[in-house]
Amino acid sequence: MKRVNKDTIIESVTGLSVLVIIFIIVSILVITIIGGWPNLNLKFLTEFPKDGMTKGGIFPAIVGTALMTLIMAIAAVPFGVVTAIYLAEYANEKSIIAKTIRFAVKTLAVVPSIIFGLFGLGFFIGFVGKNLDSLFSGGVLKWGQPNILWASLTMAILTLPVVIVSVEEAIRTIPREMREASLALGATKWQTIKKVVIPGSVSGIMTGTILAVSRGAGEVAPIIFIGAAYFLSDLPHSLSDQFMSLGYHIYIMSTQSSDVDATLPIQFATTLVLLLLTFSLNGVAVVLRYRIRKNAK
Amino acid sequence: MKKTTDEIDRNQGAVSFAKKRFRFSDWIAEKIIKTVAFLSIAIVILIFIFVFREAFPIFRMDVRDKATREVLVQESYGGAGSENSSVKTKDNQVANSNKVQPGIDKPSSTLLTNTWMPVSDNPRYGMWPLFFGTLKVTLIALLFAAPISILAAIYTSMFAKPRVREIIKPVIELLAGFPSVVIGFFALMVMATVFQDIFGYASRLNAFVGGIAMGLAAIPIIYTLTEDALTAVPKTYIEASLGLGASNRQTAFYVVLPAAVPGVFAAVILGVGRIFGETMIALMATGNAALTSINPFESVRTLSATIGAEMAEVVFGDTHYSVLFLIGSLLFIFTFTLNAIAEFYIKNIVIRKYQSKK
Repeated sequence: MKRVNKDTIIESVTGLSVLVIIFIIVSILVITIIGGWPNLNLKFLTEFPKDGMTKGGIFPAIVGTALMTLIMAIAAVPFGVVTAIYLAEYANEKSIIAKTIRFAVKTLAVVPSIIFGLFGLGFFIGFVGKNLDSLFSGGVLKWGQPNILWASLTMAILTLPVVIVSVEEAIRTIPREMREASLALGATKWQTIKKVVIPGSVSGIMTGTILAVSRGAGEVAPIIFIGAAYFLSDLPHSLSDQFMSLGYHIYIMSTQSSDVDATLPIQFATTLVLLLLTFSLNGVAVVLRYRIRKNAK
Repeated sequence: MKKTTDEIDRNQGAVSFAKKRFRFSDWIAEKIIKTVAFLSIAIVILIFIFVFREAFPIFRMDVRDKATREVLVQESYGGAGSENSSVKTKDNQVANSNKVQPGIDKPSSTLLTNTWMPVSDNPRYGMWPLFFGTLKVTLIALLFAAPISILAAIYTSMFAKPRVREIIKPVIELLAGFPSVVIGFFALMVMATVFQDIFGYASRLNAFVGGIAMGLAAIPIIYTLTEDALTAVPKTYIEASLGLGASNRQTAFYVVLPAAVPGVFAAVILGVGRIFGETMIALMATGNAALTSINPFESVRTLSATIGAEMAEVVFGDTHYSVLFLIGSLLFIFTFTLNAIAEFYIKNIVIRKYQSKK
């Protein structure tokens, strides 16, 4: 009898932890929705901020985030896919090279995002950009300052592991028989990869891209000092322009705005937009991944 | 790491195939793929080089910094206030003592002091309060996140019915998809107020609020990895224990959990890494005052938040800039080491322990 009591107590304590975590998740969602929903309309999504950012919408932040993640995906996905192909198809698991690449990918995944910002500042802006300027424009500052290109490339490095992991997982679910059939028909290894492996892992590539975009859209720390702008009256026109971003907008509106209380509805609505964006992206990725795993079985 | 027979076959197939025919397009494709794959190694090395490169000048900056201070002193002298002149004499004394005792006021020598005052006439870059703040917040976050995620993982893998598990896991993993700026915003707007009402402390934003919020960011990591470690314990262990008459609880706490300890430890370590480097939540919810008090309800300033808050305002290449890069280098070394420990030491133990028995 005593043992049964102890068992139920322990079970309820562990169950309670689950409930607490779920309660926190639900309350973040509910409070954001309650706070942001009334202000969320088409006008808010398609207008520029007005009156010293106390009124108006978040259009440039949405466009900025979209552009930044687009450039980021263009840079990150091809490299991620090729690395995943190497790890899944070419690398010998026991070799030091494969192990080192895996360790490097894991390191990229756990390094704090702010370090990527420092890297972007030191490498892209301070080294590549400054040298480009002195080579091509005679020292006139064009690339040697924060802009959307450097921010996107930095974010591409940050999201590279996300792409690699998803694509490699998908490649590994392609049945061995399909590869063998292709090889038996006389196709070379590269032809097999081109015609069998890559088409077979399209959903994995999509999952990786979506997850990377979701991560990139939500990450703020690295872009604070390498391209995100407080306020711009115009959309970015070239790669050397700065940009506004949803996450950065939330950060500055809630900590550095002239009147935090008056802009509270805008802040909640912006947070809701960002949350809806990352959630819907993650949702699509979860469904895609579920389908990949089901195919594997 | 797991080498299935499938892969062995495939590799051998590739080797014998290459012997039969040589195709140039195949050869070039392999070379290109291999080169691109090396990029991730190259990036890690580049991060090392460039973060350290920008931090390095701090140790050679004494001469240049003295020159800039003289300019500063002259400017403040031109401003001619009584307070300014007293500052000036103080600085002169420091400069004089500098000649007698070289190196006393180098920027690098202020690194271990107790004041973080990078923007002043006599800037001091004492990193101790930042370290202290980071450790305090990490401790609070860990005390909150580690028990709750480990218990939740135990429930999910040991007690929950399969149908319930299918719901719990994705819902908790949902938390990993919350951008940290959203958690920071929630902490700033909601948690800070609620906690202040409950505990009635003075400063609204403090280490406690920040710590709990950062714990939220670490929960999905610790939970998922712990759950994986618990599920990886061989079924035979559980069946043997249950077969001997032990209850579910006894099996969970005396058989499964001890067997999964290295994995749980790795989960907590990676959680620490996440908390340590978390920037947005620290910026928004910890108050950002570089204090060294043990009281959890006082504001703190963490290492990463310092970089995030100050890097946008510094002059490219000056002392302050280098100090921020030095902080970044320390953060990088720390998380790199944590990852290496989790990766090599602990994983090797887990694998050696179970792979032969599976």
